[in-house]
Amino acid sequence: MFGKVTLLTQSKFFKETLGKSTLTAVGLLIVLVTLAILLFLTWKGLATFTTHNTSIIDFLFGSRWDPAMEFGAENGPAGSAIFIVGSLSVSCLALLISTPFAVACAIFIVEISPRLGNKFLQPAIEIFVGIPSVVYGWVGISVLCPFLASVFNMPFGGESVLAGGIVLAVMIFPTITTVAADAIRNVPQEYTEASYGLGATRWQMITSVRIPAAKSGILTGIILGLSRAFGEALAVSMVIGGRLAFPKGLLSQTSTLTTQIASGMGSAADGTQWTDNLWSMALVLFVISFIFIALIRVIGRKKKED
Amino acid sequence: MRTAQFDQSIVQKNNKRRRSQDKTATIALYAVAGLFLLLLAAITLYVIGRGVISFTPKYLSFQKDGLGVELFNTVYMVFLSLVISVPLGVGAGLYMAEYAKSGRLTNIIRTSIETLSSLPSIVLGLFGFLVFVLLEKATWNMFAGILTLSIISIPLLTRVTEDAVREIPNTYREGSYGIGATKWQTITKILLPASMNRITTGVVLAAGRSFGEAAALIYTSGLTSDVDFTNWNPLSHTSPLNIFRTADTLAVRIWYLKTSSILPDKYELADMAAAVLIILVFVFNLTARYLRRRSSLK
Repeated sequence: MFGKVTLLTQSKFFKETLGKSTLTAVGLLIVLVTLAILLFLTWKGLATFTTHNTSIIDFLFGSRWDPAMEFGAENGPAGSAIFIVGSLSVSCLALLISTPFAVACAIFIVEISPRLGNKFLQPAIEIFVGIPSVVYGWVGISVLCPFLASVFNMPFGGESVLAGGIVLAVMIFPTITTVAADAIRNVPQEYTEASYGLGATRWQMITSVRIPAAKSGILTGIILGLSRAFGEALAVSMVIGGRLAFPKGLLSQTSTLTTQIASGMGSAADGTQWTDNLWSMALVLFVISFIFIALIRVIGRKKKED
Repeated sequence: MRTAQFDQSIVQKNNKRRRSQDKTATIALYAVAGLFLLLLAAITLYVIGRGVISFTPKYLSFQKDGLGVELFNTVYMVFLSLVISVPLGVGAGLYMAEYAKSGRLTNIIRTSIETLSSLPSIVLGLFGFLVFVLLEKATWNMFAGILTLSIISIPLLTRVTEDAVREIPNTYREGSYGIGATKWQTITKILLPASMNRITTGVVLAAGRSFGEAAALIYTSGLTSDVDFTNWNPLSHTSPLNIFRTADTLAVRIWYLKTSSILPDKYELADMAAAVLIILVFVFNLTARYLRRRSSLK
């Protein structure tokens, strides 16, 4: 009988250790995958600078991009400024369009009518998030671009920075709204009561108390939206035109880091200057998303200190 | 007494201005909210409507000009990727909720999860292309796509699981320890079942995201399919079950039709594919919503 009890505890102990170590291993696996992504991207992304002798300055600020597509061919200019500027302008345009509407929506959900917000807007937001980016891109091509072309009299069918900005604005809208609504909701109720007590109207209370108190949360939402806009590839690619030129205005065509990777990766063999350049762009994207994470953490920490 | 000298009319005027401002703002906010709903309705109705208009039975066929192959590939790949990502994601979530102590290791894991979930999917796709295709000296294959989809879903599942398990009241754990259960028994017999509904919701959402994913797949599982639906030997190259063949999904199909297809009816095909995807989004959303409601009733 004693034997049986020890066996039982032994097997209990065994399962306990096995369970714990399995879960720990899974946690470590995630770290491993992330490290692998970092290492492989760095390895491939640095080839531009080591194998093809481009300086980092030339890569980041050079305005001509015409890398060699074959092995043994002479290295061409590898300046990626067009794509970086393209990414920045489209994403910032998207933010400019999206933020006011998103914050307004967040205010509506939290302050004006939580009932309607929960019943209609919240589900709508979830569906907006769920719509695949290619579908956004497809609607962009088939509705938005022809519309822009007819309104602005554009010769090339409406593909432009503006079209990219609008499509991205719709895509990041739910992100900003959700995070901003959480931030506004978390402002202590006493603030609101104090503000009403001083005779403020609802709008005054919102603009002078709730929004300022929630500003770091709203900022986090904006950065998350920016990071999503920066990383979106296919939807933008479908409506931006893909020209290798700096955007001259809202209606001109350009390329971004992600669109160039998406459309260019298959065009040349791996290891040519062309593909190595694209890997470097992917590395740039990785670094940028890391910067966004760091920014969000800094904002979060600051908020805790306040 | 300065207040006594206050001109009452100014105060009244000011009050009036404030009230009308408040009213205007409220109306404007209602308008924005309405606009938002209108936009969603417009997009979904447009996409579904176009799909209905361009519908002909041949688009649902499993031939070259149909979408049956893509639909099969999408479901098959998402299912297999969940087989990989659910145990890993849920496991990591359980670890973070129950075992992780605050310290450097936990911090590193958390940063990794955050990084993974914020990386653009095209970058993850490139990683998958490099590690699962180029380094294996392989061509585009479904397995590479499946693994890449798993990497995308894992952080989402981890977060959902961790949140769900953390929110279980401590009385559950105390009760379980009180009757002599070990920590592992508590996790498997009490905590996991108690958070099952929310985890399932997370799985449904992850599946929904994978269904629409394209950027991560164009260089991993590829842009075309060559399948023979009479051949069910999983080792054969044209068998639908073979996971080492190239395989395009519905979302990838839309991208391919826009960029490089020479099919004469590519617009109709893309319309159909978009409509199917939107309908899937609704199905997944309603399922998740239903599960959530059921879990909150409990």
